[in-house]
Amino acid sequence: MTEMDSAMILAGVVAGAAPIVLAAIGETITEKSGLINLSLDGSILLSAMAAFVVSYKTQSLAAGFAAGAMTGAAVAAIIAVFSIYLKLSQVAVGFVLALMTRDLAYFLGNPYSRIHGPQVTPLPVPYLSDIPFIGPVLFQHNITVYGSLLAIGLSGWYVYHTSYGLKLRSVGENPVASYARGIHPHGVQMIHAIIGGLLVGLAGAVFSLSAKPGWGRPQGAEGTGWIALALVIFGGWNPVKAAAGAYLFALLQVMGIYFQGWFPSIPAQVFQTAPFPLMIFILVLMYASQQESVRILAQNRPWLKSILRFFSAAAPTALGKSFHQQ
Amino acid sequence: MNIISLTHKRLLTAVVDWSITLICIGAFTTLILLATGAPPVSTYYHIFMGAFGSWVKFGHSVKAWIPLTLCACGLLYTFKIGLWNIGIEGQMIMGAVFATGILKWGVGSENEILFLWLSFPAGLVGGALWAVVSGFLKTKCGVNEIFAGLGLNFMAQGLILWLIFGHWKQPGIASMSGTETFPQTLWLPQAFAVNVPPTGIMLTILALCITAYILRFTRIGLNLTAIGNNATASVLFGLHPDRYMLLAMSLAGGLSGLAGCIQVVAVYHRLIPSISSGYGYLALLVVMLAGFRAGMTAIISLFFACLNVGSIQLPMVLQLDSSLSGVIQGAMVLVTLGVHAWRKRRAAS
Repeated sequence: MTEMDSAMILAGVVAGAAPIVLAAIGETITEKSGLINLSLDGSILLSAMAAFVVSYKTQSLAAGFAAGAMTGAAVAAIIAVFSIYLKLSQVAVGFVLALMTRDLAYFLGNPYSRIHGPQVTPLPVPYLSDIPFIGPVLFQHNITVYGSLLAIGLSGWYVYHTSYGLKLRSVGENPVASYARGIHPHGVQMIHAIIGGLLVGLAGAVFSLSAKPGWGRPQGAEGTGWIALALVIFGGWNPVKAAAGAYLFALLQVMGIYFQGWFPSIPAQVFQTAPFPLMIFILVLMYASQQESVRILAQNRPWLKSILRFFSAAAPTALGKSFHQQ
Repeated sequence: MNIISLTHKRLLTAVVDWSITLICIGAFTTLILLATGAPPVSTYYHIFMGAFGSWVKFGHSVKAWIPLTLCACGLLYTFKIGLWNIGIEGQMIMGAVFATGILKWGVGSENEILFLWLSFPAGLVGGALWAVVSGFLKTKCGVNEIFAGLGLNFMAQGLILWLIFGHWKQPGIASMSGTETFPQTLWLPQAFAVNVPPTGIMLTILALCITAYILRFTRIGLNLTAIGNNATASVLFGLHPDRYMLLAMSLAGGLSGLAGCIQVVAVYHRLIPSISSGYGYLALLVVMLAGFRAGMTAIISLFFACLNVGSIQLPMVLQLDSSLSGVIQGAMVLVTLGVHAWRKRRAAS
């Protein structure tokens, strides 16, 4: 493999992962506040459909991205309202919405299937794109990919280095104590459900306007939502790590194409299931790292200790529980 | 006097709730239809006629009702103990895979009927095994059953594709249309001209009755409820939540595996990539809408099955996507949950 080839592969990974990065970051931010948005798989499709149809009708990409983001936010807001104000199970509402928004997307988008619409054009960054290797990998994409790269930095900074991020994390860990400190847990959850939903909606828009342009049944974004939900766990509820997981996943997908060359009898879809056993394995490791017996075992084994430290992330304590505010 | 007015009030509440629910769903669906420029009345008429227009069409609905009800039946156990068995889809797929394995073995043998009957326990075991994997991950490895189930669903889907394109491919060319169709001797006998398997209907009704009996009248049902309500307290009471979780999971997996088996022997007569038709996921909605009651589950399954079958012809007659049924089903569950929660909130304040 020459340097040119590996640069091309990595560029494909960076571009292909863009929507998954956005979705995983959005979901991480929502879950940090203690809410689970399980509807991801459907809301990505619905936003993709909305973005495509609006940008087709108005011939404006900006309007398409706005429509996608608003759709994602609206679905997230429904879950938040049902959970916060009606005390319904977030998992139940999210799951129903995951199925329903997917069907709604297919139904409403049916007249717009397989037609040519606007799509984002590449925009190489001047000067930076001429850097050997790094240029083609990072700086010869379109604006959505730069946006996904920017989102990684911004989300990490927001969650861990701002006072809003601190409030967000405290509500996710202990809403009662946060309330006592003068934070409004329901408000914080509502806002972050919507922010997360906006990012998820943007992920859908990136699919239908850039990564897999157009609309149809199937669109090509199916299953991404579940993968994004898995990546949140993979990243241990850290948006930057979740994004790293998205790149690993995209790399697996690209490698799948190569593997298929080696095993032509195995269809590509089989390789696409690879992240799921990996996710289960990582969940098991995370659980094991919290066990006393494993910790004792690791005391004299530095290599095991470092592995455990890597996987020692835990979910926000109040994740999925509803808080009764007086 | 007091009692009469009390029952009167409860009846009124129920009527008001149902009216609100139906108006919301009707308004929502009609709005969506108007948004796509489809004629609402004609659409509803075609869905109705698609499901009830003839005996053959109703037969299709019954054929969809069988796997849906079996899966929903299984989910009653897991919901009772407080588990979200999203993995039911994969369990159904594994049931179909195991059943196909047995049938493939039986092709061309002297007593094929034996293999046909053996496919039922095989499907049961396949589904139960896949469910137990999920159960062990939950009880021994601390993996949330939702994510374990989702992961296992996708793995089962990968396995089915690998089999269809690999060992079990059709002679000549492997394709998405599935494995080779089984000879008619390995088809489940169908009744009348409507193509409905009586064995399947009887098995489903039996499963429903047994489930309702176990959950309501036996110690197992009581213990499942106790653990579902408060797992910590149940330990103090001498129960083992882990064992009951594995039991509930394997019962759910077994029943959905049976559903997968029936999809192979009575509907498709081969293994296809979409063998589960999404009935596992749909069954989760059925049980939620039925309020976790066995009797209601059967009725709502039939209604959902009719909606699914009725909307199949929408693309042909009205150029609409058949996913309309899914939209209506989702809206029904959401609105019902919402109205119920709103009523509880009002009662509390």
